[in-house]
Amino acid sequence: MPSTRDIRRRIKSVKNTAQITKAMQMVAASKMRKAQQAALAGRPYATLMNQVLGQVSGCVGDFTHELMTKRPVKKRAVILISTDKGLCGGLNANLVREAGKFDRATTIYIAAGRKGSQFVARTKRQLGAEFTYKDAPLFSEARAISKFARELFTKGEVDQVDILFTNFISTLNQKPEVVPFLPVTEIKGLGMGLEDGAQLSKDGTEFLFEPGVEGVLGALLPHYLNFRVYQILLESKASEHSSRMVAMKNATDNAKQIIKDLTLEYNKLRQANITKELLEITSAAMAMS
Amino acid sequence: MANTLKLEIVTPDAVTYSDDVEMVTLPGAEGEMGIYPNHVPLMTQIVAGEISVRKGGRDLFLAVGDGFVEITGKRVAVMTDMAILADNIDEAKAEEARRRAEARLVEKLDDEETATVNAALAHSAAQLRVKRRQGR
Repeated sequence: MPSTRDIRRRIKSVKNTAQITKAMQMVAASKMRKAQQAALAGRPYATLMNQVLGQVSGCVGDFTHELMTKRPVKKRAVILISTDKGLCGGLNANLVREAGKFDRATTIYIAAGRKGSQFVARTKRQLGAEFTYKDAPLFSEARAISKFARELFTKGEVDQVDILFTNFISTLNQKPEVVPFLPVTEIKGLGMGLEDGAQLSKDGTEFLFEPGVEGVLGALLPHYLNFRVYQILLESKASEHSSRMVAMKNATDNAKQIIKDLTLEYNKLRQANITKELLEITSAAMAMS
Repeated sequence: MANTLKLEIVTPDAVTYSDDVEMVTLPGAEGEMGIYPNHVPLMTQIVAGEISVRKGGRDLFLAVGDGFVEITGKRVAVMTDMAILADNIDEAKAEEARRRAEARLVEKLDDEETATVNAALAHSAAQLRVKRRQGR
């Protein structure tokens, strides 16, 4: 049976924890708003880019770019986009579960975010490179990742590149998803929540290219890929902050519930003590008389 | 017959412009291009410069960065990394940005940074050009 002092001490420590999680919840909420706005603002551009590329690549005729060539897949790379910090609910656990499904012998991981690279190191898988990205992802950070993946692909070290990230659907719902990155064979949206997909149009509209198919596609494809990584980084950030906010809110609520339960127990114990003392006094008085 | 074009100018941050217009002039990689409705489908690159839009007999100017344009008979879609309406350009700010970019160019930079600074320089130069033309 714990004494009243023990319970008081526990209440105090739970209160402190609640204060901390509450503060983290506030911080995550404000970051979440920014990250969500950034992710939403990028979507029209991404959609338009998909439409344009979808239409254009349907009418280039015989021309194929090296980034569009399909090869039999012997080795593949996965760009694993995770978070740097923990305390964001099941986000990273879900992500890592998906990441573990790839064949360990033929898969090279490209990690963005510390949690992902830790996973790769822990399970002794192949780590191709490790990138970092800031709270507000920069386009140059996305470009570095995309460039590395492109080089792996064009050098023939891997035959396919996928991206594994957490798709932001709503504040309460984020889902780990794998999307194809290279080769660029079909232009697809990233599913619900992200931009709309556009099918390759085969309606025969002939496009003119200025200055030439090679020049335009040669510039457009890398830009498309860079931007795709960038948009995915934004979505991941939005997911991370939403997930963290929800996790911290749950923690705060739990702490409050525990405080309530403990206070009840404390009061019960206190009353029991008082009753006991009263009983002792009265029984002593009765014995005296 | 449709005699308007749907012009969309989209940047990674926002949709800057979306309206039906009569004509649009683009700063193409190989010189200026005027696009009228029912143009042949065309895919091209643009460089930093100004886009002029004619709508209802009035001309409207925008400063843009480099990017891509897709033209179909009814639609012109511009994807660029910067687009600012002439009225919203802050001349002093653009001037300062240009000076800062020029100063950075003197320093030793790697390829990546040089590209970034050059892009910034082109952006501010385009803004200034559009703004000054308005003032005339």
